[in-house]
Amino acid sequence: MTSRSLPAALRRSLTFWRRSIQARVVVSTVLLSAAVVSIVGWFLLQQTREGLLDNRVAAVVAEANNETVEARDRLAAAPGTDIDTVAQQQDLVEPIIQRGETRGFSVVMSGPVESGARIEDGGARSTLDLDTSSVPVALEEHFDEPAGPAWTYTQIRTEGEDDQIHTEPGIVVGSQVRLPADGSTYTLYYLFPLEEQQETLASVTRALLTAALLLLVLVAGLTWLVTRQVVTPIRFVRRVAERLAAGQLQERLRVTGEDDLARLATSFNQMATSLQRQIRQLEELSRVQQRFVSDVSHELRTPLTTVRMAGDVLHDARREFDPATSRAAELLQTELDRFETLLVDLLEISRFDAGAAVLETDDVNLVDVAHRVVDLTRALAEQHDTAVLVDAPDHACLAEADVRRVERIVRNLVTNAIDHAESRDVVIHVASDDHAAAVAVRDYGVGLASGESALVFNRFWRSDPSRARASGGTGLGLSISLEDTHLHGGWLQAWGRPGQGAQFRLTLPRRAGAILRQSPLPLVPEDAGEPVS
Amino acid sequence: MWGTIDGMTHAVDAAPKGRILVVDDDASLAEMLTIVLRQEGFESRMCVRGDRALSDFHEFRPDLVLLDLMLPGKDGIDVCKEIRAESGVPIVMLTAKGDTIDVVLGLESGADDYVVKPFKPKELVARIRARVRRFDEPVNESLTIGDLAIDVAGHSVIRNGAPINLTPLEFDLLVCLARKPWQVFTREVLLEQVWGYRHAADTRLVNVHVQRLRSKVEHDPENPEIVVTVRGVGYKAGSP
Repeated sequence: MTSRSLPAALRRSLTFWRRSIQARVVVSTVLLSAAVVSIVGWFLLQQTREGLLDNRVAAVVAEANNETVEARDRLAAAPGTDIDTVAQQQDLVEPIIQRGETRGFSVVMSGPVESGARIEDGGARSTLDLDTSSVPVALEEHFDEPAGPAWTYTQIRTEGEDDQIHTEPGIVVGSQVRLPADGSTYTLYYLFPLEEQQETLASVTRALLTAALLLLVLVAGLTWLVTRQVVTPIRFVRRVAERLAAGQLQERLRVTGEDDLARLATSFNQMATSLQRQIRQLEELSRVQQRFVSDVSHELRTPLTTVRMAGDVLHDARREFDPATSRAAELLQTELDRFETLLVDLLEISRFDAGAAVLETDDVNLVDVAHRVVDLTRALAEQHDTAVLVDAPDHACLAEADVRRVERIVRNLVTNAIDHAESRDVVIHVASDDHAAAVAVRDYGVGLASGESALVFNRFWRSDPSRARASGGTGLGLSISLEDTHLHGGWLQAWGRPGQGAQFRLTLPRRAGAILRQSPLPLVPEDAGEPVS
Repeated sequence: MWGTIDGMTHAVDAAPKGRILVVDDDASLAEMLTIVLRQEGFESRMCVRGDRALSDFHEFRPDLVLLDLMLPGKDGIDVCKEIRAESGVPIVMLTAKGDTIDVVLGLESGADDYVVKPFKPKELVARIRARVRRFDEPVNESLTIGDLAIDVAGHSVIRNGAPINLTPLEFDLLVCLARKPWQVFTREVLLEQVWGYRHAADTRLVNVHVQRLRSKVEHDPENPEIVVTVRGVGYKAGSP
């Protein structure tokens, strides 16, 4: 459960991160501020620490010197005859230890230096409870030879009342004293704790941290507010733009004030108005075009009807005329047919161009369509001595389509095939699957040269201009078929090889408006003897 | 009227097959139509203005009206509605626009059939014959479909004792479905049986007339119970 929901949550937050400018600006500002605040804070802390320690070191060294000077004075004042070393050591160190207890520092005395004795060897006098190892060995080594006073930082370990070892930072200052009793040099170590300084530093750190945290919250809040002021109008613009894109052209932004955002809104509204005007103009143009097409249609068709009827009357009566007039009547008749088809095709093409073609969809069984087309083209097929066969499954091959247009497409393909079949058979293959239905019209005639399969759908295109026009086609049939197919969201494709014939395949989606992915029939026929691609 | 037109009587049968009113603003076309129709044995009369069509209709009492959609004086659609309001006489539209909207508009305003210009004269005559031919021997036959009682000979449809007014074409359509309530009729079959077409014509004819029939006979035309659509196939009579 968690393992599945975690990536989902991660993905959601990533999406939010990608989409929200506000989140990105706030987070990056806060990160940047945090970095700056850390550097500044660290610098301040260093300064404070150094200042505190420098002060303390100066004070401590001075105090230690005082003590040492005082001790020397005391020794010098002592009677020169007293040569009891132990007593003299006592005299030297005890007052200092007592003073240290009241002033808060500890004392260690080691020596004599000349004997090479170390503190850890024992024999050192020190403040009670002090762990003498608090004096760093390095400092001790410094005083192996008689030397001037020196100081260093250390950790002061003391034994508390509960037998616990307490450790605290401190400064150790060492200086040497010559004991008159034995003439040896002893080293006095003064250990001053830095507790007070540490506390001061800690409180300064706390204050700085609190300030930094508050500052970051403030920065985050400010950035959030500022970006919100910018982002909110942008989000509003986005929503309006989406609605505009969806076709609600009357949508506008509300303009308040005169700032940059208000000017953006004004420009946006101007753009929308200009878009709306242009679209209106285009719509108007399209309407004018459609009306023109429709008017031309009416104006041309009515006289053509009259001419056609007159031609028919003459044609019917041609046996009563002399041969020349009779032949003229026949020619009139056939050319009127051609003129009529050409006019109808041209008007159809101009309707497509005007975007005025409308689909009337219903479930269409392509098997029925194929059989109907065979019936319709029988006369033409017999004229060309060609047989048109249907290869269809037993079940219906349904597609949601405009039956009138689909029938026109298939009829165009079949008449085209008969035209080029050179008296060989024409086969109509029909197939369907769950997503699409297809009709492929295969002929074994002249075929198409390479590159021609893309050209066949061009208006008035002919494979061989010198070839006699057999069926009197207008040269617009395949173009109209292609437009019809596009109207359905379908595919119309051609394959052909010189001498091997051609195949035209129409694929229609099972449901109107669905996207086609593949056709139930191959474009390259299986009997073509080449790999099916 | 008939006697006044002579000179081409060689093609005319002894008795006219029917009377046809040609309403078209194009005088040449209208005259050509009367010539062709006379050759086929119909008696016809020209009318070139829409606003005079109805008075000519009253005077001439035709068996069929050929009606152009674009007319001076009055729109063909309006003329169609006016004629349909008072008579079930078959109306065949002549239209220069094969566009869906024009055709459907014409059919919805009451036309039985339409022919798109330029038409072949023989096609027009075939369609006229198909519409006029229906005065056959009356058969005594009673059918029921849903809660409708149909008297075929008396040409009447009665629901709960109240007659429903149908045009001859709508009546034929209903009778065709009611005679074989178990059969699903494709649009093509209906075109052949009701309109009399051998070859498949525009199946929109069927769609529009089924809609018009439903608006008259169904309790709720949105959920038809008398004339039921069989998706992907066609129509059938609802179970009685």
